[in-house]
Amino acid sequence: MGVATAAAERARLGRPSRRLLLALLAGGAALLWVVFRGTGTLPHDEGSPVFSALNELRAWIDANRATNPVLVLLIDVVRGAIDLLVTTISDLLHAIGWPGVTLGMGALAYALAGRRIALIVLAGFLAFGVLGLWEESIDTLALTLASVVLSLLVGFPLGILAGRSDRFHAAILPVLDVMQIMPTFAYLAPLVLFFLIGPASAAIATAIYAIPTTIRITALGIRGVPETTIEAARSLGATPFQVLRRVQIPMARRTLVLAINQTMMMALAMVVITALISAPGLGASIITALQKVNVGSAFQAGLAIVIMAIVLDRLTAGAADRAEREDRSGRTRDEAARRRIVIGVLAVGLIAVLLSLLSGIGDDWPKALRFSFVKPVNDLSDWVKTSFYDLTTGLKDLVTYGLINPLQAVLVSAPVWLVIGTVAGLALLASSARAAVVAGSALLAVALLGLWEHAMITLASTLIAAAITLGAGLLLGIAAARSDRYAAAQRPFLDAAQTMPAFVYLLPALALFGPTRFTAIVAAFIYAAPSVIRLVEDGLRGVPAGVVEAATSSGTTPRQLLWKVQLPMSRASLLLAANQGIVLVLAMVVVGGLVGGGGLGYDVVAGFSQRTEFGKGLAAGIAIVLLGVMLDRVTQAAGARRDELHAAHGA
Amino acid sequence: MVERAGAIDVHGLWKIFGPEERRLSAPPVDEPSAAFRARTGSTIAVRDLSFSIARGEVFVVMGLSGSGKSTLVRCLTRLIEPTFGELRLDGEDVRAMDERRLRELRRRTVSMVFQHFGLLPHRRVIENVAFGLEIRGEPKGERLRRAEEMLDLVGLSHVAASYPDQLSGGMQQRVGLARALAVDPEVMLFDEPFSALDPLIRRDMQAEVKRLHREQGRTMVFITHDLAEALKLGDRILVMREGAAVQLGTPAEIVGAPADDYVADFVRDVPRSHVLTLRWVMRPLAPGEPAGDGPAFSAETVIRDALPAAAASEAPLRVFEGGVVVGLVERGRILGLIAGAGEPAAGASESV
Ligand SMILES: Nc1ncnc2c1ncn2[C@@H]1O[C@H](COP(=O)(O)OP(=O)(O)OP(=O)(O)O)[C@@H](O)[C@H]1O
Ligand SMILES: [Mg+2]
Repeated sequence: MGVATAAAERARLGRPSRRLLLALLAGGAALLWVVFRGTGTLPHDEGSPVFSALNELRAWIDANRATNPVLVLLIDVVRGAIDLLVTTISDLLHAIGWPGVTLGMGALAYALAGRRIALIVLAGFLAFGVLGLWEESIDTLALTLASVVLSLLVGFPLGILAGRSDRFHAAILPVLDVMQIMPTFAYLAPLVLFFLIGPASAAIATAIYAIPTTIRITALGIRGVPETTIEAARSLGATPFQVLRRVQIPMARRTLVLAINQTMMMALAMVVITALISAPGLGASIITALQKVNVGSAFQAGLAIVIMAIVLDRLTAGAADRAEREDRSGRTRDEAARRRIVIGVLAVGLIAVLLSLLSGIGDDWPKALRFSFVKPVNDLSDWVKTSFYDLTTGLKDLVTYGLINPLQAVLVSAPVWLVIGTVAGLALLASSARAAVVAGSALLAVALLGLWEHAMITLASTLIAAAITLGAGLLLGIAAARSDRYAAAQRPFLDAAQTMPAFVYLLPALALFGPTRFTAIVAAFIYAAPSVIRLVEDGLRGVPAGVVEAATSSGTTPRQLLWKVQLPMSRASLLLAANQGIVLVLAMVVVGGLVGGGGLGYDVVAGFSQRTEFGKGLAAGIAIVLLGVMLDRVTQAAGARRDELHAAHGA
Repeated sequence: MVERAGAIDVHGLWKIFGPEERRLSAPPVDEPSAAFRARTGSTIAVRDLSFSIARGEVFVVMGLSGSGKSTLVRCLTRLIEPTFGELRLDGEDVRAMDERRLRELRRRTVSMVFQHFGLLPHRRVIENVAFGLEIRGEPKGERLRRAEEMLDLVGLSHVAASYPDQLSGGMQQRVGLARALAVDPEVMLFDEPFSALDPLIRRDMQAEVKRLHREQGRTMVFITHDLAEALKLGDRILVMREGAAVQLGTPAEIVGAPADDYVADFVRDVPRSHVLTLRWVMRPLAPGEPAGDGPAFSAETVIRDALPAAAASEAPLRVFEGGVVVGLVERGRILGLIAGAGEPAAGASESV
């Protein structure tokens, strides 16, 4: 061995490998836990001063709502305007009545997206009536539409600005990142604090959830316009506004329609959740059903939500496709003929709307034409629960007693300083010193909020769910990357799972396992796994064919190929999959508070329903955000590629 | 040739990209570009350029990739804001113009053709051609009529209603050309307009530009890194390296007397006899020297065209200018030039 290589070897040995450090950290933490467990803990304290301070804040805001100018502005102007928007849309749709809305939407779909999608839309709206959920569906639709209008009003201008100004783009990206890792649950309470319960709070919460997507995709579209084209327009003396109007917006048209599509899907998912702050509609039906553990009636409403998601998705995606086709091939020769048909169809739709409005039929869908899944689904659920009792209970108990309880016990009994130190150490090793500081501080803040124990309960469930999700996601992703046939078979399921609002995931879990912590974990798995699978598959498939070919030609087995070439080369995607898997899992574990998940999620839900619990609920919302920040930072090595995921993970 | 306005004067022009641009109060005249970049991280894309372009001239800018050609041509209408220097168009100070006047300049006086065309995919060909007129607010009928005229001029009337992506690259660039012509500019700027096209189409397009120049006599600034193109089109050629001018001269000067190795490298493969005229190789007639009876040629004859006569005649060629013999060309000099031995006697290019 030459001198130089020997020196390099020594230098390498001098700096211990990351793996060794991780092992040391784990060993040290375990040792310290054994020695110090039970000391320095923070048992849950219902009387935390933070809770009462927040309760007082609410009392103060309630008392000054009519006099404080800022509050008056928020309530009277912002809330008033948004309420007006929501109620106008809602009243209009209800007044038109089901025949008019159904035919009118069908005609609109025909004009925007063509015959096939018009049929889907017609069938979807008929289904709302058949399910006996017309009124609720219209409430949800109205709130969704109003929220989309709001999101676009704010998101389009900001997105265009971010598309045109590098500075603004750089400034707004971190804000969007934070908005997107905030679990939806967390910002309902502060909104209620300022805007009270009602349509305005629901629409604002929804818009906050959806706007990051609007801004990102809009900016992407504007930025996608080739520099040469813009320069050509400028060289002809176009003003900045002319460049925007005549070059950037028309050329980004397809992406802008896509932005509407994604905004709408995000909005629908969130509108359902705003049922927690008393927004009417399908979400309310689900929550009532979930709280009564009535799987059948939750299924009924869940089905309506899924249908609504499909209808809105196909309608806007169809419109985007049409925009693209027109951009590509130019308008066809029989343009005039088609335009005449479209005008005819729209006229028929309009007449239907007017007739329906004048007839005053309203939401009165004929009773004879209804069909209910409540009983069959409940029967099925009972049958499954009894027939597979051993299996489901066995699985549930295995995970609960074998994994959740022990981990929860470890976390709760560990000294606070040890947990914070271990997390900071992990962040340091996995990411950076800055990540370690942020993650450690986030946990410290959770302790100061007075919610340490509940946070540890949530953390335990989250870690277990994340481990299951990542493990299974990795296997399924690898399978999909290695077999085109399997990937093709799996894809529709992933697509479906990714367009569905979060609540829907609770249903199958609830049907099988009843209201427990394990149910939340299963729901989190269903919610997060598709993203993980996608990212793993994309990462593995992204390994250049040339490299794979070279390895194969030197005689590697498929197994060696996977371990020595494909997995190492797709490291970035795998890390991103882990990061996103964990953040998504947290969001869903918290929603599991609705169905017996316990921990912070339950505190949030309780905060909405009981006035005395408000302070704790609000604090729990903040604690969830802090946990999210902590988990994100620890796994942040892949954070740079987060954008791609947001594009991939629709709702 | 129509006499038009459109003279351009550039003096001491600099463009620096990067954070250092705003910190500098005077051009870093003494610091070499590489050292400047190493020290500040900023790039000197255009370095102390001065030249004047006459009305109706075709002025070619040539240089390797990254030498600052595109930056220079964009500085002329301030699509890129120059860092230092003077810029005049027909005597008017371009750098002193406000936004409105500048737009006016771009809308009426100077137009540009781009390497990647920059057409609007969502508009028909005719609407693309009319785009500049639309921008300056001309009524629809008027601008479509004008656009049709332009399409006619570039031979594309038959595809007026197509969309750009239905056309070949060469046709798309004709649309770009028609769009630039439609505003009836005094000056046309071309940034490597033909380098994305295949060689045959490129030759057609070059002929097209030559024809347009002959018929309309507009001032043209033409960027290329293709020497053959530069020689074919240019009245004068500016050779750039790392933002600075290396040589400015006529095609013959560039080929016949490269200022340094960089330029010599560029022109190495050009058959000089195809570019240089007899003036370059003639020996001036000493006072009282008999001209003899060799074949007679004008001083502007390209050497190649005189070769058959030179081969057939023992006597030196007589070179005429203004009706009188000004010099003689011996066969040996021509052979020497073709063999690349020895520099031609005459001609020093404009020093830059
Ligand atoms: N917007 C910009 N920001 C920073 N540097 C730039 C910018 N535009 C150009 N440059 C730099 O300025 C120098 C000159 O670039 P320019 O595009 O003018 O060269 P060019 O001669 O046109 O090259 P090419 O033949 O490749 O088109 C290059 O070093 C380039 O990297
Ligand atoms: Mg260039």
